[in-house]
Order: sequence, then structure tokens, then C-alpha cells
Amino acid sequence: MSGRPLQKLLWPRLARGLFSRPLTDAAPSPPPEIAAALAERLEQASQRRLGRSLAIRQVDAGSCNGCELEINALNSVIYDLERFGLRFVASPRHADVLLVTGPVTRNMREALLRTRACTPEPCWVVAAGDCAVDGGVFKGSYAIEGGVGDALPVDLVIPGCPPTPTQLLEGLLALLDAQQPARAKK
Amino acid sequence: MTPLAIIEAGAPQDCRPHPRFLLTRPAWQALTAALAVEEATDLLSLWAEPGMVHAALWTAGRLVLASCPAAEGRYPALSPARPGAVRFERMIRDLWGLTATDGIDARPWLDHGRWPAAPPLAARPAPVPYPPPQPEFLAVEGEGVHQIPVGPVHAGIIEPGHFRFHVQGETVARLEVRLGYLHKGTLSLMLGKPARVAARFAGRLSGDATVAHGWAFAMAVEAALSFTPPPRALALRAVMAELERVHNHLNDWGFVCNDAAFAYPHARCGVLREGVLRAAREAFGHRLMMDRVAPGGVTDDLTPAGIAAIGAALGKVAEDIPALRAIYEGHASLQDRVVGTGIVAPSLVARFAAGGPVGRASGRRFDARATPGYAPYAAARVPVLAAGDVDARVRIRIAELEESLRLIEALLADLPAGEILAPLPQRGGEGVGVTESFRGECLHWVALDDGGLVRAVFPRDPSWLQWPLLEAAIEGNIVADFPLCNKSFNCSYSGVDL
Repeated sequence: MSGRPLQKLLWPRLARGLFSRPLTDAAPSPPPEIAAALAERLEQASQRRLGRSLAIRQVDAGSCNGCELEINALNSVIYDLERFGLRFVASPRHADVLLVTGPVTRNMREALLRTRACTPEPCWVVAAGDCAVDGGVFKGSYAIEGGVGDALPVDLVIPGCPPTPTQLLEGLLALLDAQQPARAKK
Repeated sequence: MTPLAIIEAGAPQDCRPHPRFLLTRPAWQALTAALAVEEATDLLSLWAEPGMVHAALWTAGRLVLASCPAAEGRYPALSPARPGAVRFERMIRDLWGLTATDGIDARPWLDHGRWPAAPPLAARPAPVPYPPPQPEFLAVEGEGVHQIPVGPVHAGIIEPGHFRFHVQGETVARLEVRLGYLHKGTLSLMLGKPARVAARFAGRLSGDATVAHGWAFAMAVEAALSFTPPPRALALRAVMAELERVHNHLNDWGFVCNDAAFAYPHARCGVLREGVLRAAREAFGHRLMMDRVAPGGVTDDLTPAGIAAIGAALGKVAEDIPALRAIYEGHASLQDRVVGTGIVAPSLVARFAAGGPVGRASGRRFDARATPGYAPYAAARVPVLAAGDVDARVRIRIAELEESLRLIEALLADLPAGEILAPLPQRGGEGVGVTESFRGECLHWVALDDGGLVRAVFPRDPSWLQWPLLEAAIEGNIVADFPLCNKSFNCSYSGVDL
């Protein structure tokens, strides 16, 4: 358990990383129709405060944890979310975006609404995954609200069961892209 | 009389492949008394349907089911003899309205007082006239004790649950977990559906174990119908199940290191895991392989291109494990955090019959692939340790990771030819399916009516018997070590919230 031979193992690997190409994928391009639709809605909002970055707070409002696996994958070096100015934050008080998964169970509704109340304006709500869109396979259950839109106004939906990290990234980039016209105007 | 003898004296019911016996109320009472003096019998599951409770027990190397009619909504509690029964009994009262007489904890569990009518699975649910009650937590007395409430919305990207810590200084005196936030009414949605439709819900009980749960449900349905799926389908299920184990164990290994603020293994495991998920998509058309196991077989066949993708991704994992292991074992800053942290005593693991890496890190050698065993697994090597700390749970995962690589290689080298999905016969029946997920054994019970629709069902996630041990693991540790303990368990929230 002495340190020396082990540094031999870790440091060369880290050093190799300095001279090799990154593992990160090329950036996907967001679907133009999503970006255009959002641009219109966001024009009136104050973009100056946001600059070119978005702080995201994820809220699981009843998912099966499949969506969380894929959202966590976004943080890996393969997708490297932070290169786009997107990052996950630990508190809704630091967030611009609430990324909500799950069909909003009745047992999570109050926690979701309180999280929204803690998030400063302007705030965008993104419903990620088929359950968050309209309840998905859990539609019609006594225990759910039926989708994030049944509890909160939603700005963007990202369907999929679960959405792949690439689909999630496309949706979030569309949010960033939608800010461009508003910024250019000022 | 032994518990087994008492159960076998009951009226045998037609449940396959593990028998179910209907006991009278006095016989069930005798069973609880026998369990109190005989420690070798494990309680694996406890559930209900209107007017009846069922238990699954592991005794004398066999899985047996016992049932007790709940006349006037009551049945004798098992919790005084088996503490693992506590949350099942609370769940049964919340969902079916059946009360465990002399149960040691009568507080609500899944029911937070927010459903329009309760109990939702009883014959006649009634509207709830009162507002949601404040949850009650077990008290702690002592000088300077204070509470730290955490959740249900956490700081990380994880599932919702409430953790109530009672601490004295930095030391945790008691942790109590309150779950139920993810209750989606899954059981009610499965009822009355054809098996193939209900399978979609089994595959979404806990998304990270979608293959294992999908397989356990399919196995229960196939057992109920005395149907044997094609050999190629069984082999492909095993390939998917082992891929699922590999990507989850990589995830957990990386996250434990990350929670000790050691980022490199987390980054590296993330890269390897992403490779495995992309290979799964190439091979089976879905990164998590959701809905690929169906009662009757599997939906997607494996092409040579898929086999090559899996081989390439797993080759990278195999190549990296030795270096990653050396880094994990060799850095004092990391070892200092994991060794001796969050110890679960083997005696406690045995009492709760916890399976998976949690059980095997504390000396309980139960792996459904070996016992009761199922095709196509011949002999899975099951690593067991006794230390019971965070480090032991990580080491079990690493060993299982390597074993899964070996199993997949062997399965792919010897894939049977032939069809992958066969039509199910249209008839009724009752069956049990047990598979080993990366967390432990998934135990599904299903009863189909004559039209082949689900009449009653209970999918039991392994986390039911592991969550209570997390509360034991953190006792006496510092609050800052809770993320490490929690991640080393990685219990499913959705899986137990139903």
C-alpha cells in the first residue's frame, strides 16, 4: 500500500492523456425546428443575465432511474457537458434550468413544486423522458399526475425511454441556441 | 416442527417451479413461532392480494411459498421473528389494507396520504378524507443529539428519498430512511394485462436492472405456463444480463471513488461504461436493453456485428481493470476512506437475508445463478468476503465484473442457433422467477387467469432487504461518509417504491 509504485501506474496514464486526442465526441447539432420554436418563446425573456451558460438542477419526479443513468452519462468525459457551458448544480437556488424526469408521482408533486419555487427567475423547465412528457407507460395510474406539464409549465420536452445522452444534449443545446437571437438584438 | 415441515403440511397449490402451500391461520401462527427459534430459514419476500398474504422463504436449500388467508383484514405478523418483514408488512397495509397483528412497526410506508383513494389495491378503495400526515421518525435520546433532514430532492443526480439523520457531533446515532416518493402504482397497472404487456412494467421497476427484472418476470410467466423458451433466447438473455452487470458495477466502482473525491477511476469507469452501453445499442438496439426480454424469448437477435461490438467494448474493460484495480488499491487517500467504513456484521446480513454484493461482502453466499440456479448458467463463480465494509462491497463488484466478462465470452463463443421468440400458450397458471441482478436476486411471482391475463403479481427487488442494512452500516460513522456507504450499497428507490 506504499504510494510510490502506484504513482507509477497513475501518473503515466495522466501524462499520456496530455498528448493523446480527447475521448470526447463531436458536438451534435440541435434540430432546427426545436431551436426555432424556442427562440420565439425566449425572445421576451432577459437573456443578458444568463450569458452563454446554463446551470441545471435535475429533479427525479418518479422515474424508474433509467433517465438518471443517461443524464449521469452526460457528465462523463465522452459527452463532456461543461464544454458547452452546461453544468449540473447541487441546488435549485443556483439553477437556470430544472431538468425533470418521471411522471410526477403524487408523492413527489409537492417536492417538485417547492423545488420550482426555490429556483430564481428566469427558469426553464425541461421535461426529459416519455414519462415526464405525458406519463409514458404509467399513464392512467392512481399514483401519478400524468407528466411534468400537469404540475408546472414546461418549456421543452425531450422524449425517449430513456432519451439517450445525445438526445438530451441536443435538447439542452437547443435551449442555448434559442438564446442567440435575443442576445444579438440587444 | 421446522418451518419447512409446517409449510409442507399445508394444502399444496399449483405454483411452478417452486411450490406454494396454503396454510390455515393457526398453521401460519405456528410458522411465525418456528421462525423465531430457527434462524436458518430466510424470509425473501412478503406480499398480498385481496384477502390473502404470501411469503417466499429460502429453507434447506429450497425456495418455498406459503400463504395465509387474511380474514377480516388481519394476519399474524412475521416481523417479530424476521425484521426484514417490517417494510413488507407496512407496504401490505398501505396497498391492500391488510394489517399484521403484533407487527413491530405500524407506520405507513408507501402511502404518504396523497392518493385519491386508499388502499389502492384493496377490493374497495375509499376516498381519503384527511390531509397528508406529518411523517413520524424513531426517536433518539441523548445529550447534544440533533437531526439532519436530507431529501427527497438530493444534491446529486439520484433518485428521491428522505434521509433523517440523528447525529451527536459528527457521529451518526441513527439513520432512518423514508421512501415511497417514486410510487407509480406499478402493480395496479400490471393487473388485467396480457403477460407481454405487463412485462413492460417489470422492465421499468428499476431501470438500471431492466434486463434482470424483465427476465425474472418472463421466467415466472413461462413457469406458470410450463413453457420453455428457445435455447438461443436464454443465451441472449444471459448475455444481456451480464452486460447489465458490467455497466452497473463499473458505474458503482467509479462513483464510490468519486464520493471519496478521487476522480480518475470515476472518469475512466465512465468511459468504459459508455463503451459497453454503445455496444449494447449496436447489439440489441437499446443502450439499457429495455424491453428486449419478453415472455417467450427475446425480441432482438444478435448479429455478427453486434458480437464484434460487444467483444471490442469488453476487451477494453478487461484491459483496463488491472491498472484501475492497482490505482484503487494503491492510493492511501482512497483506501483510508473505504476500508473499515460502513461495516455490516455478517450476523445482520444473515438475519435480513440480504443478497447481492451487500450480502456477499458480509459472508452470505447467495447468488441466484448458483442457487436455485437457472439456464443457461452452469457454474458461476461467486466471490465472498467477510469484512462487510465499503471496500469489501467494491471488491465483490470488481470480482463479479471479471466473472461477467468471462461468462459473456463463453456465452458468445457457444451461442445456440435457432429461433429467439416463441408464442406463449393461452392459459392460466402460477409461477415464480428468480434471477440475479447486479444488486442481488430479483424474485417475481405471477398468477395468470385462464385468458392469460395477470390476475396477481409481485416483483420483489433485492433492495427490500438491503435498505434496512444501510441504516445499520452508517451507525457510528461520520455524516461525511454517508455518500460512500450509500453508493457502496446502491439500493434501488424505484424498485421498492413500486
